[in-house]
Amino acid sequence: MLKYLIKRVLWMIPLLIGISLISFLIMHLAPGDITSNESAFNPKASEESRQKLREMYNLDKPVIVQYGLWLKRMTTLDFGKSFASHQKPVFWQTTDKDGNVTKGLIQEALPITLMINLLGLTITLALAIPLGIIAARKYLGWQDRSITLFNFIGFSIPGFWLSLLLMYWLGVANSWFPISGLHSLNYDSLDTWGKIKDSASHLFLPVVIPSITGLAGITLFVKNGMLDVLHQDYITTARAKGLNEHRVIYTHALRNALLPLITIIGLSIPGLIGGSVIAETIFAIPGMGKLFYDAVLMRDFPVVMGILTIGSALTLAGNLLADIMYAWADPRVRRGVVKG
Amino acid sequence: MNWPLFKKALSNPLALAGFIIILLIFLLSMLAPVIAPYDPNDINVKAILLGPSLQHWMGTDGLGRDVLSRMLHGGRISLLVGLVAVGISTLIGILLGAIAGFYRGWVDVLIMRLVDVMLSIPSFFLILAVIAFLTPSIINIMIVIGLTSWMGVTRLVRAEFLSLREREYVLASRTLGARDYRLIFTHLLPNSLTPIIVSAVLGVAGAVLLESGLSFLGLGVQAPQASWGNILTDGKEYIQFAWWLSLFPGLAILITVLGYNLLGEGLRDALDPRSGHHK
Repeated sequence: MLKYLIKRVLWMIPLLIGISLISFLIMHLAPGDITSNESAFNPKASEESRQKLREMYNLDKPVIVQYGLWLKRMTTLDFGKSFASHQKPVFWQTTDKDGNVTKGLIQEALPITLMINLLGLTITLALAIPLGIIAARKYLGWQDRSITLFNFIGFSIPGFWLSLLLMYWLGVANSWFPISGLHSLNYDSLDTWGKIKDSASHLFLPVVIPSITGLAGITLFVKNGMLDVLHQDYITTARAKGLNEHRVIYTHALRNALLPLITIIGLSIPGLIGGSVIAETIFAIPGMGKLFYDAVLMRDFPVVMGILTIGSALTLAGNLLADIMYAWADPRVRRGVVKG
Repeated sequence: MNWPLFKKALSNPLALAGFIIILLIFLLSMLAPVIAPYDPNDINVKAILLGPSLQHWMGTDGLGRDVLSRMLHGGRISLLVGLVAVGISTLIGILLGAIAGFYRGWVDVLIMRLVDVMLSIPSFFLILAVIAFLTPSIINIMIVIGLTSWMGVTRLVRAEFLSLREREYVLASRTLGARDYRLIFTHLLPNSLTPIIVSAVLGVAGAVLLESGLSFLGLGVQAPQASWGNILTDGKEYIQFAWWLSLFPGLAILITVLGYNLLGEGLRDALDPRSGHHK
C-alpha cells in the first residue's frame, strides 16, 4: 500500500508542472501584454497601475525568467492581491502589522462550494444507485426504457435553463423558495431553528438542480456496472447455491458494481468545480464559481490565475483521494495485481 | 462514409429520430432570413415584452424585438459554433492520437501526459480564464471550445491505432514497404472512423451546451447578435414578467442537444457492435 501511495503522489509532479505551463501560456495569450488588454477594457487605468501590473508579472523580464518566477509564485501560492478587494486568493487569513485580519478569498468561497457540491452529490447518489439497479434488473423492460429516456433528457438539458424554470415556478410564481443568496436579510435575528430553516430553504434550489442534471450520468454508470457484474461467474455460482435474488443483488453484485463509482466521482470533480460557475451566478451564491466569474468579468488577473491554479490542484487532490479510496476498497489494486 | 453504412446507421430508430431533429433545426436556421417574420435586431418600443400572440408567436423581448426571429437567427450561431468547435477538437484529437498511437515511445508518453494535464484543469475555468485574457466573440468561442475539448478524441484515436497497428493486414502492408503516411491514411484512419464520428456527434452536443452557457453568462456571443444563450440572459433579467423569454430558447437548446445525443448513441449502437451491448 505504501509503495502504491508513494508512486501515486510522485505521479502528480509532472502534472503540476504541466498545469504551471498551461496557466503561464494562458497569461501570455493576450495580444501585446495583459496591461494593454486591461487598458482596452478600462481606458482610465493610469500608467502607474499598468506599471504595477507589469512589475507584478515581471513582464519586463525574459520569458524563461518570467516562467521561473511564475513557478515560484505557484509553489508558494502567492498570486498577488485582488485588484477589486485587496484580498488574496488563498486558503488562509493574513494579519497586517496593525492587527487587521484579512480573510483569504478562497477561504471564504471554497467551503460554500464544497458544501453545496457534497450535498448535491449525496442526493445524486441516493437517487442514481436505486435507479441504476432497477434499470439493470429490468433491462429492456419498461422501467429500463423510461430510465433511459430520462437519461437522454438529463444529458441534453442545459442546467442553467432548468434552474431558470424552477426558479420561475418555485421562486417567482409560487414564492416557496428564495431565489438568491445563502441567507435572508434578517438571518442574524433568527433563533437557531429559524437559522437552519432559512439556510435550508436558500440551499434547496442550488443543491437540487445540479443533482438532477448529474443524475443521468451516474444512473447510466450504475446500470452498466450492474449489467457487467450480473453476467459474471460468481453471480451464477451464488444463484446456483440457491441464494435468494435479494441477497445476490445487494450483497454480491452491488459491491463490485459500485466500486468503479469511486473513480467516477473523483473524475467528476473538475466538472463540479467548473459547473459551479453557472449555478452560483444564477442563485447569487458567493462560492468559488461566482468568485471566478466576477474576477473574469473585472479582468481581476491575480484572482483568475489563483483560482485556476488552485482549482486544478484541488482536482488533482480529489483524484488522489479517489485512487487511495479505491486501493483501500479493492485489494487487487493496492497489491498491484490489476491497474485501478 | 459509404451509402450502405449510412443506411444501416439510420435504420436505428434513435439515430433516425436524432437525424430528423437535426435536419429540421438546420433547415429552420438556414432559412432564417427567409422565414423569420421580423428583422431579428429590429427594436420596437411599442411592442416591449409582449406575450406570445398571432403577431409574435414567441412574444417580444425587453427591446420589443421578435423572439421567434431572434431564435431562428440564433440557431445559426449555435449550430455553427458547435460544428466548428468540434471540427477543431476532432482534428487536433486525430492528429495527436494518431501520432501517439502510431509512433508510441516518448512522443506517446508526452502526448498522454498533456491529455492528463488538460483533464485536471477544470475545463469551464480554463475556458473562462482564456476568455478573460481575450475578448469574447464567436470566433474566439469556437477556438477556445475546440482547444479545450480534444482530449477524449485523442485517447480514442490512440487506442484504436494501438490495436489496429498490430493487425495482420497492417503488418502485411508494412512488410510490402508501405510508408508511414500510407499506413496511417489508408489502413489505420479509415478503420478508426466509426468511433471518431460517434464521438464527434456527441461532441457537438456538448459544444452547443457549452456555447449556450457561455453566452448566457455574457461571455459568449455578444449582443446585439442573437444566440439561444443570450436570449436566456434576458429571460433571467425579466423572469418575473416574461416567462416566454426563458421557455423557448431553452427548449430549442434541449431539442438540438437531444438530437445530437440521439444520433450519436444511435450511430454507436448501429455501427459499433462491440460497445455497450449486453445480452
